[in-house]
Amino acid sequence: MQTSTFIDQPIKKAENRTKYYFRKFFQRKTAVIAAVIILIFLFFAIFGPQIAPFDPSLPDYDNLYGAPDAVHWFGTDEFGRDVLSRLLVGTRNSLGVSLASVLIGAAIGTFLGVLAGYYGGIIDSVVMRGSDILFAMPDILLAIAIVAIIGPGIINVVIAVAVFTIPSFARIMRSATLSVKSSLYVEAARSIGCKNSRILWVHIFPSTIQSMIVNFTMRIGTAILAAASLSFLGYGAKVDEPDWGAMLSSGRNYLDIAPHLVYFPGLLIFIAVLAFNLLGDGLRDTLDPKLK
Amino acid sequence: MSENNLLKVENLRTEFKISRKKSVAAVSDITFEINKGEIVGLVGESGCGKSVTSLSIIRLLNDTSGEITHGSVWFKGSNLLKLSDEEMRQIRGKEIAMIFQEPMTSLNPVLRIDNQLIEAIQLHTEYTKQEAREHALETLRSVGIPDPERVSRCYPHQLSGGMSQRVMIAMAMSCYPDLLIADEPTTALDVTIQAQILDLMQGIRNTRGTSILLITHDLGIVAETCSRVYVMYAGRIIEEAPVDILFSDPSHPYTQGLIASIPKLGLEAESLPFIPGSVPDITMMPGGCRFHPRCRYAMEICSQKEPELISINESQKCRCWLKTSEYSIKTENGESRK
Amino acid sequence: MTDLLTINNLVKHFPAEKKLFGKQDYVHAVNNVSLEVREGETFSVVGESGCGKSTVSRLINHLIQPDSGEIWFDGTETAHLNENEFRPFRQHMQMIFQDPNSSLDPNMRIFDLISEPLLIFTEMSDRERRERVRELLEVVGLSYNHAERYPHEFSGGQRQRIGIARALSVNPKLIIADEPISSLDVSIQAQILNLLQKLQKQFNLTYFFISHDLSVVQLISDHVAVMYLGFIVEKAPKKELYQHPLHPYTQALLSAVPIPDPKIKKQRILLAGDLPSNIHLPAGCPFNSRCFRCQDRCREEKPELREIEKDHFVACHFADL
Repeated sequence: MQTSTFIDQPIKKAENRTKYYFRKFFQRKTAVIAAVIILIFLFFAIFGPQIAPFDPSLPDYDNLYGAPDAVHWFGTDEFGRDVLSRLLVGTRNSLGVSLASVLIGAAIGTFLGVLAGYYGGIIDSVVMRGSDILFAMPDILLAIAIVAIIGPGIINVVIAVAVFTIPSFARIMRSATLSVKSSLYVEAARSIGCKNSRILWVHIFPSTIQSMIVNFTMRIGTAILAAASLSFLGYGAKVDEPDWGAMLSSGRNYLDIAPHLVYFPGLLIFIAVLAFNLLGDGLRDTLDPKLK
Repeated sequence: MSENNLLKVENLRTEFKISRKKSVAAVSDITFEINKGEIVGLVGESGCGKSVTSLSIIRLLNDTSGEITHGSVWFKGSNLLKLSDEEMRQIRGKEIAMIFQEPMTSLNPVLRIDNQLIEAIQLHTEYTKQEAREHALETLRSVGIPDPERVSRCYPHQLSGGMSQRVMIAMAMSCYPDLLIADEPTTALDVTIQAQILDLMQGIRNTRGTSILLITHDLGIVAETCSRVYVMYAGRIIEEAPVDILFSDPSHPYTQGLIASIPKLGLEAESLPFIPGSVPDITMMPGGCRFHPRCRYAMEICSQKEPELISINESQKCRCWLKTSEYSIKTENGESRK
Repeated sequence: MTDLLTINNLVKHFPAEKKLFGKQDYVHAVNNVSLEVREGETFSVVGESGCGKSTVSRLINHLIQPDSGEIWFDGTETAHLNENEFRPFRQHMQMIFQDPNSSLDPNMRIFDLISEPLLIFTEMSDRERRERVRELLEVVGLSYNHAERYPHEFSGGQRQRIGIARALSVNPKLIIADEPISSLDVSIQAQILNLLQKLQKQFNLTYFFISHDLSVVQLISDHVAVMYLGFIVEKAPKKELYQHPLHPYTQALLSAVPIPDPKIKKQRILLAGDLPSNIHLPAGCPFNSRCFRCQDRCREEKPELREIEKDHFVACHFADL
C-alpha cells in the first residue's frame, strides 16, 4: 500500500450554493406565486405614479362614488378620484412603511438578540425581560400607544411598528445564537485566537441568517396590517395621501352605497399579507437543510 | 437450504431516491447466509451499506431510507420479502431481533425499562402482566444486570451506556429469537464495557444457540467473535471467508489494505500502510469495480466492468478481476498472484 | 530536550445540576493532574469516557480556567492569564478536534478556513496568504483547486486534513489533538496518522494526543498517561507502559482491546460493573469499585502517583509487589 501522500478529490460535485437554493425554491409552487405577486407589488411601488391611469388626487365631481366600469376599473371614491390609481400610488406608502419598519426592527432586534445569546448574563436578562414586556402587549395597542405619545405621521408609524417588531427578532436571533454558540467550529474559532467580535459576526451570525430571513418576511405581513390599521385609525398618512389603510377607513363610511371603496383596498391588503406569509413559508422550507 | 441453514439472503438490492426521478442502489447483489448457532460478521466502513442490508432483511426501511427492488430473504423456509406486514410483525422481535448502535436513543425515553420490556414480551407471548414482569426480571438477570428490580424501575437516561445496551440485549432476547442482528452494538461504548458486551453475546450464542449477525467496522471484534465474515465496500459484498483465512490470507485488495492499515496492539511499526483516497459518495460511484480508483493493482478492465463475486476456493469468495483465471498479476516481490 | 508544556496539580470541578435543597454538587472532572511534555515528542493521554482527558485539553488550551494548579507553556505560566493576555500564545498552541464534520464552519470556504489564523496573527498580504494556503493544502494532500469549495463537499478524512492544515498555518510549536481520528473510518485513520507523523518530523511539532484507542496510542506516542475518573493512574514511556503495565486499570484496558488477529487468543480481564459517578467520588482509590486486586487499604487510603521504576509512575498501593 502507498505510504506517500495522495492528492484527493472532494467527494461531492461542486455545487453552486445560490443555484442550489434557487432550485429548491422554485420547486415550491406557492412560494413562487407569492414571490411573483410581491414583485408585482414592488413594481407598483416604484412605478405606481407612472402607470396610474389617472392622477390619484384629481377629483371628479361628476363621478362621485362611481361603481367600477370600463374607465375606472376599481371605481371612484367620495371625491371622484380613481380608486385604482390611488391604490397603485398608495403601494409605495404601504409597502414602504412596512419594509422600513421591519428593516429597522430587524436590525435592532438582531443586534440585541445576538449579543444576548452570546454574552448571556446581564445583557441577556435585560434584553429578554425587555422583550417579554413588549410581547405582553398586543401589537396594535402598543403601536397605538406609541403613536399617541409621539404623534401621528408616516415617520412615527414606522417607528411604532419598528418598536413592536424588535422583540420577535431579539428572541429568534438569541435562540439561534445560543444553538450555534455551542458548535465545535465556534470552539475551534476561539482556539485559533479569534476575538469575541470576530466569533460573533464572522462565525455565529452567518449561521443564524436563515432564522432572520424567514422571520423578516413574516413580519412584513404583520407590519402591513399594522400600518394599515394605524392609518385606518387616522394615525398614519396625511388625510389626502393615498394609503391603503386610510382608504379602507374612509371607505367604511360609504359601505352601503359604494362597497367597492372597502373591497378593493381590503383585498389588496389581504393579498399582500398572504403573499408575504406564503413567501416566508417557502423560504423557511428552502433554507431548511433537512428538506430536499 | 441445508438443515443447518437459518437465514439465506439472495441477490438483495435496495434503492433509494436521490431526486424526484432518479434512484440509486444503496446495495445490490447481496448474497449471504447464516447457519444455526453461528456468529457471522458483516464488515465495512461507513457508506458501505451494511446497515441498509440489515434493515432490509427485517424490512424496517421507511420511504426515505429505501425500497427493496430485487432479491429474496429466506428465513426458516419462507421469503421474508413476500410476507404481509402482519406476518412480518410476528417474526420481528420473536424470531429475529435487532439491537442498534446507540442504546440511549433506541430505548423510549419516557417509559420505564420494565414497561418497555413487558410490552415487548406481551406482544409475542400469551403471558399475563405479572408473568411478563417476572420474565422481564429474569431476562435482565440473564444479561448480567446485578440488580434487576432496581434497574427495571429506571428510565433509560438514568442508565449508563453499557447498562442500556444490556437492557437492549435483554429486550431482544426476551422472546428467545433464533437470530439476533446486532448493528454496531459496541461502537458507542468504552472498550472495557465493549469487552463485557461481547462476552455476553458469545454467552448467549453458547447457551441458547442463537445465531448472531454482527455488523461492525471493527476488525478486532470480528477476529474475536465471528466464525465467518463478509466484507462490504460501496454497496457490494467484495469478500467472503472464514475468519482465520480472512486475516491470514485476504483475497481482495481492499481487505488486504484494511487489515494492513489497522494499528495492532503489540505490533510496533514505523508507519502504517494505508489505502489512499476516500470512499466515493453514492452519487459519484466510479464505473467498473467500485474500488478501482484506490486499488494499487487496478487494470484496464477494472474501470470498465464490475467483477462478479466468485468462489476462489471451497470457503472463500472474492469480487475482483485479479481472481478470475484470465488475469494474473505480479506482486512487488515478483511472484505471480492468481 | 526541554519541557514545552508542564502541568502541575491541575484541578477542575464543574458545578453539577443545581439542587433545590442541600449543598451544590460538583463533577470532579480533573483531579490533581501533573505531567510534562518534552519538545518534539508525542505525549498521549488515554482513558475511557468521563476520565477527564478532554477537560485537560481544554484547560491547556485556555478554553476553560482551572480551579487550581499551574500550566507552564514554553516557560510562561498561562493558567492565570486572562483571555486577552493568553491570545498571543494561541499562535504557538493549536488544536485539532474530534469531529471534522462540525469543527469547520460550514459557511466558510476552505481558503478562508485555513487562512483565518494567518489573518489573526500575521500581516501577510493577500498574495502571501494564497501562497501559504496552497503550500498547506499540498502538505496535507489536497489541491489548491479545492480552496473555493465548502466543507460539506469533502469526506470526513479530507475535512480532518483541512483542520490539520488550518492548525499548521501559523507554525505552532504544540498541537493538541483531541481524538483526531476516532470519528473517521478505519482505512482513513491510517492515512491521517501517517500524515500526523510525517508532519511532526517535517515541522518538529510537539503533540499532546488524546485518545481512547490504545492501539493508536502505541503507534505514535513517546510517553503515555492513563486517566481514570479524573486521576492519572499510570504515566510512563510508551514501551514501558505497554510491556509492563503496573496499574490494574491499565492491565484491564490493555486486555480489553480486541486484536484483529484470530490466532491470538487473549486471556481477558473483565472489569465488573460500570464507571462510578464522578460527582460522588469513591473514598480511597478511585478504581476500588472495579479493581480485581482491591483490598481494605484501597477503600480507605487514596494512593499517590509515585515513581516505581525510572520515569514510570503508578498510583496503586500494590504496584511494586
